[in-house]
Amino acid sequence: MLTKRVIPCLDVKDGRVVKGVNFVALRDAGDPVELAAAYDREGADEVIFLDITATSDKRATTIDMAARAAEELSIPYTVGGGFRDLGGMRQMVAAGADKLSLNSAAVKNPELITAAAQMFGSQAVICAIDAKRVGSEGFRGDGSGLGAALAAGPAAAGAEASGPGRFPEGAAGGSCAGPDRWEVYLAGGRVPTGIDAVAWAAEAARRGAGEILLTSMDRDGTKEGFDLALTRAVARAVSIPVIASGGVGALEHFAEGVIEGEADAVLAASVFHFGTFSIRQVKEYMAAQGIPVRLDF
Amino acid sequence: MATQPTIAVIDYHKGNLSSVARGLARAGAHALVTDDPAAIRAADALVLPGVGSFYDAITFMRAAGQDQAVIDAVTGEHAVPFLGICLGLQLLFDRGDEGVPDPGDEAVAPGGAASASSSAVSLAQACDARGSDLAPGTVFCDADGKRWVRGLGLLRGSCTLLPARRLKVPHVGWDQVHLTERGRACPLLTGFAEGANMYFTHSYALDADAQADAVAAETFYARAFASVVWRGNLYGCQFHPEKSSTQGHEILENFVALAAARARGDEPEERR
Repeated sequence: MLTKRVIPCLDVKDGRVVKGVNFVALRDAGDPVELAAAYDREGADEVIFLDITATSDKRATTIDMAARAAEELSIPYTVGGGFRDLGGMRQMVAAGADKLSLNSAAVKNPELITAAAQMFGSQAVICAIDAKRVGSEGFRGDGSGLGAALAAGPAAAGAEASGPGRFPEGAAGGSCAGPDRWEVYLAGGRVPTGIDAVAWAAEAARRGAGEILLTSMDRDGTKEGFDLALTRAVARAVSIPVIASGGVGALEHFAEGVIEGEADAVLAASVFHFGTFSIRQVKEYMAAQGIPVRLDF
Repeated sequence: MATQPTIAVIDYHKGNLSSVARGLARAGAHALVTDDPAAIRAADALVLPGVGSFYDAITFMRAAGQDQAVIDAVTGEHAVPFLGICLGLQLLFDRGDEGVPDPGDEAVAPGGAASASSSAVSLAQACDARGSDLAPGTVFCDADGKRWVRGLGLLRGSCTLLPARRLKVPHVGWDQVHLTERGRACPLLTGFAEGANMYFTHSYALDADAQADAVAAETFYARAFASVVWRGNLYGCQFHPEKSSTQGHEILENFVALAAARARGDEPEERR
């Protein structure tokens, strides 16, 4: 049986590991490649490096990191953050990255997913989605154009807009087919897009993304557990693997992400970086809950 | 180390092969990434990595003359060890349907030239549904009108899409590899722990028509498929040994040992 993956995520800035609490107050946790190699030995199924600097002048640092990771790791690794075009992605693949994670660039230009999948294969293209709940709690208006659309009524569940899943403007309201909805955010949760996260995931899959890396911006850094409703909604909307991310603080959260969230993989950062749990501890816990995991390492 | 064998990692211009090359180097080989048929013929052993689609890969190999170089190297008097990884395993077989262009598309197909010139070779031109008489990279139809592209044709069998149904495709992640009776004697799998988890990432796999005496291990996802094949000097892994931690490293070490034996001129022990 295909095992569920446990993936440590390394947020990297200027070549060093950091992890923000709600993407603020970053703390330095060391050399990313060294840390990733330790996770490899400890039984991580893969690792993800997310470059949060991503300014073009620092790109060489990230490429160098990817090349060092290729030397040191015997498991697959993903590099995400800061991609703008196929050229930059090609450089990262040439450095040895197995997969590329696209976030803002794909939202701004969905065609990039299509092109990347054609060039590198779907298995190498992850669409990362940062989602914030707008459903039952109602929209906490911040003056963006999104408020109007939402006030007009909830989008029909599963509506697949022709664009990247915009909430229908003035959609015929009425009692909704489910109160839970989530909006795609960019720039580490600062910029709302008006795009429905579930619809966007479905479009990314249609365009050839091989996996969805789904982060709840509400939960990220809170240690309250994954947003299980979000994870499940996306997992059911796509036929590609979903990696649950954002909010892990306890062992139970990992198992919940798979069992209730229906995720194919679970991602965490701080709890691994600061040694709250070891990878093996997490996997043994998941196995005890009946989840197939890889323990022969 | 007694003999450091030169292993040609065949580059068909579809992606980065450095992790395969690094894995082989860590296992003690001199890994040479090359697209040159002459280098392929001269190597002590060959590795065909898996990048891109069946059609793109085999048509490129055909156009570059790599297909015949591989066939000569593995079937000639030296019969060098060959390891196909992922798509590289699939290409050993008769035919695949991944990426085969629709009628009329051939003119713009990538890699094209020599291969896809055939505007839908009909079954009448192939002596059988496997396309046995056709050159690698040739597109043909079977009796049902289904379009295929001919692989290297060194082993019998077809490569097809895993049926999605309730499971997600692509099949991505660590899954168990179960040895067949034959697999227990396979030199590539010396020391391999039955049921070990290896890293897969693929949508297509060898179908049930694969010749049974080449199946050394199986994995079950959507359907049963051959996850390791072995016939004489031909080996293939549907998973990625270079990304499969210590168990994967051992497989690469076993292959490098086979290559080293060949480089020393030892008699192949696996002829059977």
